Amino acid sequence: MKRFADLLELLALTPSRTRKIAALAQYFAEVPDPDRGLALAALTGEMDIRNVKPALLRDTVLAEVDATLFALSYDYVGDLGETIALIWPHHGEGELPRLSEVVDILNRTSKAELPRVIGGMLTQAAIHERWALVKLATGALRIGVSARLAKTALSEMSGVDVQEIEEVWHGLKPPYGELFAWLEGRAARPDIDHTARFHPLMLSNPIEEGDFAKLDPRDFSAEWKWDGIRVQLVLGKDGASLFSRTGDDIAASFPDVVEAAMGRAVLDGELLVGHDFEAKSFNDLQQRLNRKVAQGKQMAELPAFVRVYDMLFDGDEDIRALGWEGRRERLEKWFAKNPQTRLDLSEVLSFGDWDDLGRLRRMGADEHGHEGVMIKLRTAPYVPGRPKGFWFKWKRDPNVVDAVLMYAQRGHGKRSSFYSDYTFGVWKGNEIVPIGKAYFGFTDEELKQLDRWIRANTIQAFGPVREVKKELVFEVAFDSAQKSGRHKSGVALRFPRINRIRWDKPANEAARLEDMDAFVG
Amino acid sequence: MRNMVQPILNRDLYVPAIDAWIDPSTPRPRAIITHGHADHARSGHGAVLATPETIAIMKVRYGEDCAGQFQSLPLGERLVMDNAVVSLHPAGHILGSAQVLIEAQGQRALVTGDYKRLPDRTSEAYEKVDCDLMVTEATFGLPVFQHPDPKDEIARLLKSVADQPERCHLVGSYALGKAQRVIALLRDAGWDKPIYLHGAMIRLCELYQELGVPLGELLPATGMPKAAMAGQIVIAPPSAIRDRWSRRFPDPVVCQASGWMSIKQRARQALVELPLVISDHCDWRELNQSVLESGAGTIWVTHGREDALVYWCRQQGLEAEPLALPGLDDDGGEGGE
Repeated sequence: MKRFADLLELLALTPSRTRKIAALAQYFAEVPDPDRGLALAALTGEMDIRNVKPALLRDTVLAEVDATLFALSYDYVGDLGETIALIWPHHGEGELPRLSEVVDILNRTSKAELPRVIGGMLTQAAIHERWALVKLATGALRIGVSARLAKTALSEMSGVDVQEIEEVWHGLKPPYGELFAWLEGRAARPDIDHTARFHPLMLSNPIEEGDFAKLDPRDFSAEWKWDGIRVQLVLGKDGASLFSRTGDDIAASFPDVVEAAMGRAVLDGELLVGHDFEAKSFNDLQQRLNRKVAQGKQMAELPAFVRVYDMLFDGDEDIRALGWEGRRERLEKWFAKNPQTRLDLSEVLSFGDWDDLGRLRRMGADEHGHEGVMIKLRTAPYVPGRPKGFWFKWKRDPNVVDAVLMYAQRGHGKRSSFYSDYTFGVWKGNEIVPIGKAYFGFTDEELKQLDRWIRANTIQAFGPVREVKKELVFEVAFDSAQKSGRHKSGVALRFPRINRIRWDKPANEAARLEDMDAFVG
Repeated sequence: MRNMVQPILNRDLYVPAIDAWIDPSTPRPRAIITHGHADHARSGHGAVLATPETIAIMKVRYGEDCAGQFQSLPLGERLVMDNAVVSLHPAGHILGSAQVLIEAQGQRALVTGDYKRLPDRTSEAYEKVDCDLMVTEATFGLPVFQHPDPKDEIARLLKSVADQPERCHLVGSYALGKAQRVIALLRDAGWDKPIYLHGAMIRLCELYQELGVPLGELLPATGMPKAAMAGQIVIAPPSAIRDRWSRRFPDPVVCQASGWMSIKQRARQALVELPLVISDHCDWRELNQSVLESGAGTIWVTHGREDALVYWCRQQGLEAEPLALPGLDDDGGEGGE
């Protein structure tokens, strides 16, 4: 466990990416199976220790530490793992067992026994081992290491291209014995059924104003950018799966789509809800997403469908190396051969030049649930990750409103100790009513200034929340506004973010609730 | 306390019996200064009463004429005035740091200033003082703060230096107190090479040596060829270690010596690669211990995380309340320690 804790600490504190990769590669090369595979699972978010949840850890600590002191400490530290590591009051002798044994113990201990077992481990561990233990057990590392970085280190260690590792990754499970065997040249590449698993998605980059001059519109195709969730529909020989963009199988929530799909392929598209392929709002989709298992009534009211825009496998054939045009042709042919009731084809927009497309982008967005356009290079192969120059998103301009900061709350993770979560509101008569909450859109430097302003202008504190003088105006950008019973104002914003901090603007010039009516569709 | 006509000490740390403020944040006619850190010692007071070391520090930092007049009161001596007796007692925080004891009307009020209990050869050892009213700091007033042995922290620094001989270790340390303590700890751990200093450190290190705290061979960090600094240790203010100033060193390892460094997220925010948990304040248990040992029935808590310590004192059956004093660094920003 010590070796793993040392690695996590180094990863958390070393700013250099190269050094992080070197440390990971060294760890993977030196530590035996299955420990290194379990560490890899923890780093890539694939570790699941079923019975250990944050609440259980908290209860374990609260049996030994005063609840008020714990709450004050957690608020200050901003990270549950760190709080527990630092506050645990007992120090014992001895050493924690190796990583695999720790995982094994946590997995086979009964729920009732876990607090005692975990308490014993916390006592035995050095402080940074406690920190690592809690992070391992809850699966939330928050140390600024992505799954991609871990795979890059595997590539560094073995010389195998990282793309090849990504390719097999989703068919493998911890502790990844076959993966390491392959990477070390002791075994063949793991044999994975290519049509029965998730394939990493190709993502787009936002287009910048300056890009247009460099891009010839004739080289590109355009489609609406739909406001649903990105999915991959895998129609394999043993049935269908529906994956979210992170590779979680959400088929159980959408049996109406999965059971109705015909044919064999791996498809890329947008999951939406609505009758007759007429997309309803994201809010409606949200109601379906919130259910782990679909209910009949909901499925009748909000039937789901997938608007397909790309094809990775045609039957068993991997067609990702084809250009977009070639894949589109195969996709259209496939649709002709396999009639569908819950899948349709994303429309290709025709346009002359960029100005033309710019006008299209603003058209009809609110009625039809799209949020701009996608621009795709006609010759681009399907490349997982976020390759440059292939796919661009061109969102329509956001709505903005000037709102007044009301409350601030400390952030977590990297922003712990800074007041970084803001609730803001607009005028309703002589009072200000909240319309939303945002925690990004500002730079680190602005965060420091805001933090200072909040500390200096607090009028009341409720636990971790500070109420501030109603003096600071934010220009808040948001995608849309909806009526909401949950907010005192009756309005809720979708995807709000701080566009600008209006240090210059007096609060009495902020928006009024009446102004919001114009945005509520 | 309740039955008295006039309190021995006001909540703004004004002492009515002798018409003086303790560590005032704005210029006052008469001030008693606990120690030389900027959030306690300011320039512009009419008359200053402090230990000889604190006076020397103030003169170096703010100039000879930073107060109208100085009166030095050595540790342990009693200054008898008409209505009160003032005495200063070692606080163990930095060189010259003192706790202020006021005895008047048969009551004893103690203002600890900043204090620590771990041994430190650059500072007189903390002394516990009996009192009825204790005004204690709470910089590390949360049970998450359990300071490790500073010797172990220095050992980690020296191991990192040995493991990465091609890199230069830049140790961010507050220029007054922390820097000298880190140097002394390095010397005691056997590091006998020259230690390199940022310009802001030099005068205060000289002063420590003049006042009888040996620190070994110290050299200015600037003006050395880059390659010569591989494997060396440089002490600099926290603000300089991530600044352009640090680019003159070969692939520097950014270290920081501070009690805050026990929180990894804090270290990450500050882009510190090697956090060294070396504090000049009491940790939670030491604060608890000091409160109990003082025998005080009333505790005023200031300077930091008052909530938790006030809550804990009340649980012990003591009267306790937070004091919100202006001008004290409340969250340990740069140099807050």
